Amino acid sequence: MIEPVLSVRNLRVEFFGRRGKLVAIDDVSFDVAHGEILGVVGESGAGKSVTGAAIVGLIEHPGRMTRGEIRLKGDRIDHLPAAAMRKIRGRRIGMVFQDPLSSLNPLFRIGDQIVETMRAHLEVSKADARQRAVKLLDEVGIPAAASRVDSYPHQLSGGMRQRVVLALVLCTSPELIIADEPTTALDVSVQAQIIALIKALAKNYGTSVMLITHDLGVIAEIADRVAVMYAGRLVEIGSVRDVLKSAKHPYSQGLMSAIPTLRPGAGPLRQIPGAMPRLHAMPNGCAFHTRCQFVLERCRVERPMPVRLGDIEVACWLHDKGLGAGR
Amino acid sequence: MVMVEGLWCQFDVSRPWLNRIFNRQGRATLTAVAEVSFAIPQRKTFALVGESGSGKSTIAKMVVGLIPPTRGNISIDGVAMTGKADAARRQQHRRRIQMIFQDPYASLNPRWRVRRILAEPLRVFGLEKDRSDSEPRIQELLRLVGLDAADAAKFPHEFSGGQRQRIAIARAIAAEPAFIVCDEPTSALDVSVQAQILNLMRDLQERLGLTYLFISHNLAVVRHMASDIGVLYLGRLVEVAPPNELFDRPRHPYTQMLLDAVPDLEAIGSRVRRPIEGEAANPINPPSGCPFHPRCPYRNDRCKLEIPQLMQIADRKVACHGISEGRL
Amino acid sequence: MSEPVPSSRQRFRARLAKVWDSDLAYSFRSSPIAIIAACMTAVLLVLALMAPWIAPQDAFDVGAVRLEDGFLRPLERGSSGILHLAGTDSQGRDVLSAILYGARISLLVGFASVAFSMAMGVALGLVAGFLGGRVDAVIMRIADVQLSFPAILIALLVFGIARGFIHPSQHEQVAVYVLIISIGLSHWASYARTVRSSTLVERNKEYVQAARVMGRDTTAIMFEHVMPNVVGPVLVIATINLALAVIEEATLSFLGVGVPPTQPSLGTLIRVGQQFLFSGEWWILLFPAIALIILSLSINLLGDWLRDALNPRLK
Repeated sequence: MIEPVLSVRNLRVEFFGRRGKLVAIDDVSFDVAHGEILGVVGESGAGKSVTGAAIVGLIEHPGRMTRGEIRLKGDRIDHLPAAAMRKIRGRRIGMVFQDPLSSLNPLFRIGDQIVETMRAHLEVSKADARQRAVKLLDEVGIPAAASRVDSYPHQLSGGMRQRVVLALVLCTSPELIIADEPTTALDVSVQAQIIALIKALAKNYGTSVMLITHDLGVIAEIADRVAVMYAGRLVEIGSVRDVLKSAKHPYSQGLMSAIPTLRPGAGPLRQIPGAMPRLHAMPNGCAFHTRCQFVLERCRVERPMPVRLGDIEVACWLHDKGLGAGR
Repeated sequence: MVMVEGLWCQFDVSRPWLNRIFNRQGRATLTAVAEVSFAIPQRKTFALVGESGSGKSTIAKMVVGLIPPTRGNISIDGVAMTGKADAARRQQHRRRIQMIFQDPYASLNPRWRVRRILAEPLRVFGLEKDRSDSEPRIQELLRLVGLDAADAAKFPHEFSGGQRQRIAIARAIAAEPAFIVCDEPTSALDVSVQAQILNLMRDLQERLGLTYLFISHNLAVVRHMASDIGVLYLGRLVEVAPPNELFDRPRHPYTQMLLDAVPDLEAIGSRVRRPIEGEAANPINPPSGCPFHPRCPYRNDRCKLEIPQLMQIADRKVACHGISEGRL
Repeated sequence: MSEPVPSSRQRFRARLAKVWDSDLAYSFRSSPIAIIAACMTAVLLVLALMAPWIAPQDAFDVGAVRLEDGFLRPLERGSSGILHLAGTDSQGRDVLSAILYGARISLLVGFASVAFSMAMGVALGLVAGFLGGRVDAVIMRIADVQLSFPAILIALLVFGIARGFIHPSQHEQVAVYVLIISIGLSHWASYARTVRSSTLVERNKEYVQAARVMGRDTTAIMFEHVMPNVVGPVLVIATINLALAVIEEATLSFLGVGVPPTQPSLGTLIRVGQQFLFSGEWWILLFPAIALIILSLSINLLGDWLRDALNPRLK
């Protein structure tokens, strides 16, 4: 079996405030296989951005990764010294953030920024780097790349800027790209272009992608597998088809039916009562049990861990030990 | 109930006089909204959809009176809101019109308790004379939107986004309005919270006989809420149709493109998409003729020169030369 | 199904508990400097306020002073039976009493001028930020011009002009008020600047638009909605300005243009004491100076702590 590109085991991230500690990520484990696009979905506060930040070592005080192992193609990358981590970031792992305006330095031309990144991580001459930059800009769909390479970020539209960010991320041919809400700030039509681009580029470069978003439509379009997070825990992970069409976890099911679709026949949307628990008021047992219509006694007391059911992993007592099979 | 005719909104975005002299520039005008007309029957929901720069927020602000229109008429429940109508009558009429905003974090005064936020419309419109009178009504409002009576003593920051939006809704219905303008009320909320808020809004519409103008960029949400939908592009209405007609058989090329671009949960992994060209043009320098023509695969010469008018064709209104000429 | 509405006393206690538990109170409790500074300020405030009751001698009463008690060293007893803990000055006035009364004047002038400049600065800042356009430009240009002058010069200018208008016989009575106004006028610009920029941010927020949709008029929106949200930094500026005002008053009095000599403030005392420093009567200068330093230092430290505690980025 080929080694997964990213392997996260028992990740735990805690924030230390004066009221005690808050557990933002509680024992999360998953893999990203070679050439795969893994979607990480969850609502705000579920911990998906924190997971992405933890992987690249960007958790800042007062937060800390207190437990777990993160491996990139077998090499451990958690708790590396700052200098070593900087080499990994940008070279082997690329990050795309939500706001392209703040990812690009407004004072430098886009070509120069790409060249600078390349020369920081690779052994390449200025001339070669610039040639490659132009080629990259062309690949990401910037028209007239040879002349646009000297533009400043503010001269480009939002969609164009995000394409430049993708070029920036790809210039070192990373093994993994972590994209945190890359299209949320963009218009619908531009969004469609960008996610198609991400999929195409990932395929061409053989890069794996961890796509963090709250938009399930985006996941449906390009992801191969999807992980559903709730209150800092992983509740379900499986292929996109399985999770979207026949989710096993009650929260995933609720999420799917709460999404308005373009299909006709609209009655009121199925809603999940209540709200995601805040970090300082986490219930015992399963984090979702207070809102779950299938709650059992065991759910209130013991936290379910993910179990494998065919190709899906679910963390739910309904599916553990054969109780209430096959929902 | 609500009649909007020939609405225009143009902003003067010229650079200061001295700069213009030095750079030999003329005045620059941004046309945010051009020639928009629509009507909303009572107890119905009219949705305006469009991307950024389409002018939908500007229209919302004009309808509630936050921005004066450059041209055009707005009349709500028979009362003209534009022109030289007398101000006192207009102020009285304001009670019938309210607005719900997009950002639940900025639409409530962070220093006011919920009680005061809800009491303000009651006080302003003379519905309750003093503090003790408004208490029962405040509690009733909180219950109506699914919150607890004890929440009246709290500050907005003690609530989540969805709860804050409920408070905003409570504030909007406090003075018993007839018409509410909703500017992307769920765009900042999570999916499951969005479902709760949309259901609440529909429920209140039934119970209180409300009329909504619903602004959104999310077509799926709009399908759920609207009885009639207007599609905006660069400040102009390009298509107006009821939801079933619009979604099943979109006629205008922009509408088709927009629908095509919506990520679809059903079509997992594989979908044939028509390639989408380019991005929306700059509203300061819109294209000549039909604003959509640079991106339209069906354009002809007439499209480059003449602006198409919104015309009733079959079961809907469309503004497209191709359709009126029978080409599409 | 709802719980019983809490009584007003319960609500008050709950609110008190919330304040004690808040981030600000916590920051205060965990900062030794803040606690010390606050204590010092409080002590001085109390002492100064209680001056008429606790001072051994009424320093402003010319009749209570005996010339033969002049230049007594500290801890000496005078002819009237008073133990002069800090000695006496050239006219036999008990230095300790003079300090207490003087601190009273200094604090009075300080608080009053801060209140004046705060009211003026916040109001003008709100108006400038909210109305924009020409009004904003005019107010801000005046503020800019004023900020380029040292505060003392402005205070002197105002003082001088006022003197010209007021009949000499009235000078003593109105001196304190003129002082308050002149120091107040020299400080309003810094409040106006901060309030204006906060107002510019707040006025585009949706809660302001919601109030406009309701048809509320501009004044109501400015003072009911926007003002509570922009006064945070004002408090910090006020505490720091309080220390500045005290020093300014002392400077003006030192220069001879502040309070009249019959109602000496700390500054006057320092001026008077300066003459005797090198002839050996050091106590007439030293004790008032120490009092002034402690006063302005503790207020300053309190202001520093407040600024850091309220700064969201440092959290």
